[in-house]
Amino acid sequence: MVGKDAALMSKTQPKSGQSRAKKSVEESSDGAAPRKGKNRGATAEEMGSRQRDISVSEFFAKNRHLLGFDNPRKALLTTVKEAVDNSLDACEEGGILPELAVIIEDLQPDRPATSKSSRYRITVVDNGPGIVRKQVENIFGRLLYGSKFHRLKMSRGQQGIGISAAGMYGLITTGKPMQIVTKIRSSDAAHHIELAMNTKTNRAEVTADSETKDFPPAKLRDVTAGSRSLAATDGFLSPKIFPTGTSVSIELEGRYQKGRGSVDEFLELTGIANPHARITYVPPSRESGADDEELLPADSVATAVDAGEVKVEVTSEHHGVIMFPRAVNELPPETREIQPHPKGVELGTLLQMLKEYEAAEKGSLYKFLQDQFCRVSASTAGALCEAAGATSRTRAGDVEPQQAEKLFAAFQEAKLGPPPVDCLAPIGVRQLLAGMLKGVRAEFYAASSREPEIYRGRPFQIEAAIAFGGELPTEESSRVIRFANRVPLLFQQSACSSFKAVAETGWKNYGLTQPRGSTPTGPLVILIHMASVWVPFTSESKEAIADYDEIRKEMKLALMECGRKLGSYLRKRLKMRREGERRDVFERYIGEVSKSLHHIHGADTREVYDALLAQAKKRTRQADQVLNEDGKVVKAEDPSDQEGVLVVADAIPALAQSDRSEVKDSHLEAKKPFQNANVNAKTKRGKVSANESAKIKKSKRDDDSPTLFEAD
Amino acid sequence: MAKKITKQVSTKARDINTHKKIYVLAETVTKAALSGKEPIVSVPTRSRSNTIWNKKRGILEMGNATQDRQLFNLNQAKIFMQTLLHSGSIKDLIEADKTLSLRGMFYKGLHTVAGTKEKTFVDQTESDGILEDLEVSLTALREELHIFAKKAGSIVGNITLIDSGDEIDCRRMGSGGYAIPSIVEPDVIQFKKCEAKFILHVEKNTVWSRFNEDRFWEKHNCILTEGGGQPPRGVRRLLRRMHEELKLPVYCLLDCDPWGHYIYSVIKQGSISLAFESQRLAIPEAKFLGIRAKDYKACGLSDDVQIALNDNDIKRAKEIAAYPWFQGHKPWQKEIEGLLTNGFKMEVESLITKDISYVTEEYVPQRLKAKDWLE
Repeated sequence: MVGKDAALMSKTQPKSGQSRAKKSVEESSDGAAPRKGKNRGATAEEMGSRQRDISVSEFFAKNRHLLGFDNPRKALLTTVKEAVDNSLDACEEGGILPELAVIIEDLQPDRPATSKSSRYRITVVDNGPGIVRKQVENIFGRLLYGSKFHRLKMSRGQQGIGISAAGMYGLITTGKPMQIVTKIRSSDAAHHIELAMNTKTNRAEVTADSETKDFPPAKLRDVTAGSRSLAATDGFLSPKIFPTGTSVSIELEGRYQKGRGSVDEFLELTGIANPHARITYVPPSRESGADDEELLPADSVATAVDAGEVKVEVTSEHHGVIMFPRAVNELPPETREIQPHPKGVELGTLLQMLKEYEAAEKGSLYKFLQDQFCRVSASTAGALCEAAGATSRTRAGDVEPQQAEKLFAAFQEAKLGPPPVDCLAPIGVRQLLAGMLKGVRAEFYAASSREPEIYRGRPFQIEAAIAFGGELPTEESSRVIRFANRVPLLFQQSACSSFKAVAETGWKNYGLTQPRGSTPTGPLVILIHMASVWVPFTSESKEAIADYDEIRKEMKLALMECGRKLGSYLRKRLKMRREGERRDVFERYIGEVSKSLHHIHGADTREVYDALLAQAKKRTRQADQVLNEDGKVVKAEDPSDQEGVLVVADAIPALAQSDRSEVKDSHLEAKKPFQNANVNAKTKRGKVSANESAKIKKSKRDDDSPTLFEAD
Repeated sequence: MAKKITKQVSTKARDINTHKKIYVLAETVTKAALSGKEPIVSVPTRSRSNTIWNKKRGILEMGNATQDRQLFNLNQAKIFMQTLLHSGSIKDLIEADKTLSLRGMFYKGLHTVAGTKEKTFVDQTESDGILEDLEVSLTALREELHIFAKKAGSIVGNITLIDSGDEIDCRRMGSGGYAIPSIVEPDVIQFKKCEAKFILHVEKNTVWSRFNEDRFWEKHNCILTEGGGQPPRGVRRLLRRMHEELKLPVYCLLDCDPWGHYIYSVIKQGSISLAFESQRLAIPEAKFLGIRAKDYKACGLSDDVQIALNDNDIKRAKEIAAYPWFQGHKPWQKEIEGLLTNGFKMEVESLITKDISYVTEEYVPQRLKAKDWLE
């Protein structure tokens, strides 16, 4: 909070040239001589002369680790992350389906293999509404400038530090200014601006400013062979897809590596949590300081899809260019800004609010309570005034500190409705499934979205999804992917509330193995998303969600919901497999038996075969009823009938290898094609199976009765 | 030649019978299948529980219990298929008038199940079990199914046999002896001339060779047989036929251990798995000449011949003692007790420590003379 307050103060200062400390009571003069006989120590005046205001930019330039720039590898990631977050936020606010291009160029491709880092140029282009010319400096050149900090509304960024900090980091490490090209109307020219931040003044200096027709910048299409060949078919940075938008380029000293916590993982996860966004990613041509000299995965080129398939929007890799497709075609619901909930404010904040209210409107406490808080009705406001020992006429500015304290206590005891939840935009069950489907190659997917809940007076909502089986590794611990307001959290997993929730959930109940106090083992990916107007991070670098009981409880409930669906599926799968095996055994020998009977007795082979086959089918059905129900014959449930569940028949090992179509058909008949979803299978590993979409079936209830908080 | 013709006639009659039984089996299954009933093959149970000790006749007999082989049972589906497959093979053999070994039958039925990578038989053991089942369920003997086992067992002695029309003089068999075939039924083997007064059956080939080299059969006017451990059906059937038709007593010289006792039990009463054949194979009057538990002291053997009983041996010995046919038999109870008290086993070869030919020149002649045996 100190940093923010300082930021506010520095912002209110008129001019940088006069940025002298307010605290320096007087000008230090040469005549103020030190006391004699003292070598050590300084006078208050001397000290005063050195005390001066600190620019926030300066502060962060020295404390870059607080913002996620602690090492070259993380700096690269943070820069991409901030730019992508901004772009997605801008597109959504402008009501545009996000179309992003992320390009990382290695500017020192000839460096020695041993060098740990390199200079990179990161460019993120979006098709958002663009930025009006006069705001460019503010948005990209000042720390703590933004639209998101002061309001209680769900968004990716919160403090307005991100992109400007990245630009500053770039400037510090390479001396190169940020390059911005932005276009707000398709008919107008774009602005091209070069910004260099002055850390002393917290102000950007424009080093170049011109108008250009070149948007998206043509040279970006020419970065790699992959981008060139995609652009040749209008599949990359086409002006048609980017009629407006913004392109930000930052040069910085960084380090590119694949794996956990990499740019690749960040974008992959972003794609999962933002199924409405289409992201094209051009990674740098080589990793820096990597031990092996492998340039790109060998299979990436070999299995590249041709242009025809790119249009089908399968997540794919094309000569090293990775494309995360759009899986749903609607934007997340628009969120409304809300007033704070009385239970969510602290005493200090309350006092500050009273002071500000007095300054601005000079109204009564009664009115203040109704205006400045949500869920405070006229009668509640009256009751609260009374509890504070004031009347409804008492002016807000006249509230004594003791009264404020009483008021604060009354807040805690008052019976108030929960804050409105239209400030939240959960991803939604169907969208989560679509996102997981395109990002994770599994056989079973389940998702659940909890009802909104409150922590410290702030609404939040937890969503969870799981993907199971398929190509996921079976022997390893399950992978937990975490999101806060759709932004992937890549570090400090074990410090995160969500990770604890996963470990505390009893996965054994759902047919999985789970070492004590750990995440379950098996072919499982667990997704947890927290949507809130204010996500309580454990630190400014926004890497882990603080461990509030209310939050962890909701997470566990969401996970249990998914777990139950998985458990039900696994039981069903086991049953299907057992039934399949049994029928398989019978059918396998029926042919031989019929032939032998024909041989000995002269019976008609076909006739006997058909008769026996009919019996086999009848008997396997009966056997299952006896086997699986407690003496009762109950209609078997199909796990895919559950809400929020997806089953990819092709990915089920036992069924996929069976050449008997009957087995497959009878259990997994396709119901409805995945609506609104360019469903498809992925991917990164370079394998693309276009026909998989047809095999995907979708819970019908999902289509018919969307949950309350879903987009549609 | 006249004999040969009769043989063929009798074979034909038996073959027609077997052929019909197989046809009936297939017909039952087909009818069940077409009428939507469960196809079942009924097989008499070949287990200890379904083995009855006929005290009066002194042999083991098979009870009436049967098991159903069901096609629609996960554990039996394959066995069911194999049973019908082998039935078909036997039909082929009968029609072609040829015989196959057990191994040959395994290969005859062996192929990949259509539409899978699975073979009809994993190994010969599976196939052998099915054939034994077929014998009992068709109440046909193995030779009637045109199947034979590999030869195991030798014979020498004062006897002349006819085997498939060829004259076999068992006095002129050199050091190897005449290998006893698997099928020794009268239509294959006839006894032409026999001067021998008794049969000495020894456990294994090594001991048999000792006796043959010493011309024991010549000196004592007997027949000398050997069954390679537990004697196969051919050997047992031949012993039984010679015992029955030529009225020759059978004396067994076996090791002093539970295994030797069991071999004696099989020769005398029949085995559990072939209980249905006991009446053709068992020799209730067979006698156990040795080695006896008391011989360690009686013959003055050295410590070196002792082979300590292991836990398994002790368990087995107690099991044998509990067999109904040994249970009420005091000398046998005493014998097994003696073995357990000794705490060690002795092989027939242990007598060689006394002298190379001690067993042929002293041990057996003395015991026979003293009529010192168990029965």
